[in-house]
Amino acid sequence: MEITSATQLLQLCSERDFDLAQAVAEYEAFRANTTCDAVRESMRDTLGVMRASVESGREDQGERAHLIKGYGRIYSSAKDQGHTLGGSLFQHAILYALSVAQYNAGLGRIVACPTAGACGVVPGALLAVADELQSSEEELIDALLVMGGVGIVSAAQGPISGAEGGCQSECGVASAMAAGAIVHLMGGSPQQVFDAASLALQSHLGLVCDPLASLVEVPCVTRNATSATTAIVAANMALAGIPGVIPYDETVVAMRKIGKAMPESLRETSQGGLAATPTGLRLYGEMREKYRL
Amino acid sequence: MARIGLFDIVGPIMVGPSSSHTAGAVRLGLAARRILGAHIQRAKIALHGSFAATYWGHRTDVALIAGLLGMGMDDERIPQALDLAKKAGLDYSFESRDLGDVHPNSVWMQVEGSQDQIALAGASVGGGRIQIFELNGFEVEVDGTYTVLMTRHRDEPGVIAEVTKVLAVHGINIAFLDVSRKTRGSEALLLAETDDPIPEIVVQHVQRVPGVMVVRTLPSF
Ligand code: SF4
Repeated sequence: MEITSATQLLQLCSERDFDLAQAVAEYEAFRANTTCDAVRESMRDTLGVMRASVESGREDQGERAHLIKGYGRIYSSAKDQGHTLGGSLFQHAILYALSVAQYNAGLGRIVACPTAGACGVVPGALLAVADELQSSEEELIDALLVMGGVGIVSAAQGPISGAEGGCQSECGVASAMAAGAIVHLMGGSPQQVFDAASLALQSHLGLVCDPLASLVEVPCVTRNATSATTAIVAANMALAGIPGVIPYDETVVAMRKIGKAMPESLRETSQGGLAATPTGLRLYGEMREKYRL
Repeated sequence: MARIGLFDIVGPIMVGPSSSHTAGAVRLGLAARRILGAHIQRAKIALHGSFAATYWGHRTDVALIAGLLGMGMDDERIPQALDLAKKAGLDYSFESRDLGDVHPNSVWMQVEGSQDQIALAGASVGGGRIQIFELNGFEVEVDGTYTVLMTRHRDEPGVIAEVTKVLAVHGINIAFLDVSRKTRGSEALLLAETDDPIPEIVVQHVQRVPGVMVVRTLPSF
């Protein structure tokens, strides 16, 4: 059994009469020589770590981060005081994504999804939606399997790292994974799952990786929040019947080609983009002085 | 192409901020700890390339020490590793060094226990995956995919045959075998990557093979 593209995954579903979550569980069970139940249990553990990272990140003061401090806390209190806009779904998506990404920057325990830099996107979007829908744990595990399926077909056809593909391949792919999972949770069709994934990734194409001072902090942490909300927007459009037009597989290939066309200075080297602005350079200089080996 | 694992994409579970500069560094430290096979009292660590340039941002230093203390990449004590090292009596030093034409995220480590000392160099190659490319001056290739049996032995006829025989007798299949030595008759290194885990009894038998000085196992990770 193989999953190398969305087309193939959709075909597997129709041939074997699987739903998407089941197809991914069957694939992983086959690949790792284990059972679907064992795969679901591992996903349950993964979900537990995601939830814990939201909770811890919300409280984290950020003492161990360098440039950003306690963004989860800051957002949480502003939201509670009514200083921010949006219904509970968007408020939670922003809060959860910031919390997890902040926690990662401060040496917290997280699930890299698909990378550590983008670890806040999926928990941010998906757990906020699950709160809203009051989804059961089993439904959420199904959605995480679908999310993983979108990730697998992405990794099979494109880069999953800022160094190779820019941030479109980290936060962009994470947003696509989350969008697909949300559609599944809402009862959308497998085709709509990949429409949502395609729409989310399309919104990130061309996004460069230009973190300040070689840290996973600015713009990474706040970008996790915007990518999480983009996932919800994309899922809503797909659920409404708006197509991706460009199939997900082709969108991933476009992402790969764009990544190849990006100069190295915009691929995690901290030599271009925001990192090379006067402020970016000044902060880098300060860090380097402080920690010279 | 090998099939992509679900939990390679939805994972690993790790302590941040970076899978290559933090999680991979923990695993490199842990590999050194396991190869030494004992509590580490002293560690000399040289950071190369991107590791040297950005270690502070990703806390590569903290991560390596956490690994040397025996922690895995998702251990929540990782942030306290430097304090824990003090308590555990682990003396360490860091420097920046050009290791030559190697992966940008490379590190050289010399670690010392009460009986023994080893030196190794390895790289964090992305997504938390690692590769050890030098061990005690020998060129090696260990990435943790397989269980490894390692012996340091005298370069004499029959030692290797005896070691592989012990494995065969216990039904352990060797996937890759790598033997190297510096000069004829000196100390040699054997690395057997196996399909099966290596039980303690096998280690004890290998230890009794004439000519074998040190035996270590490194479980797949
Ligand atoms: S900017 Fe670069 S380091 Fe930051 S999240 Fe995006 S890809 Fe990762």
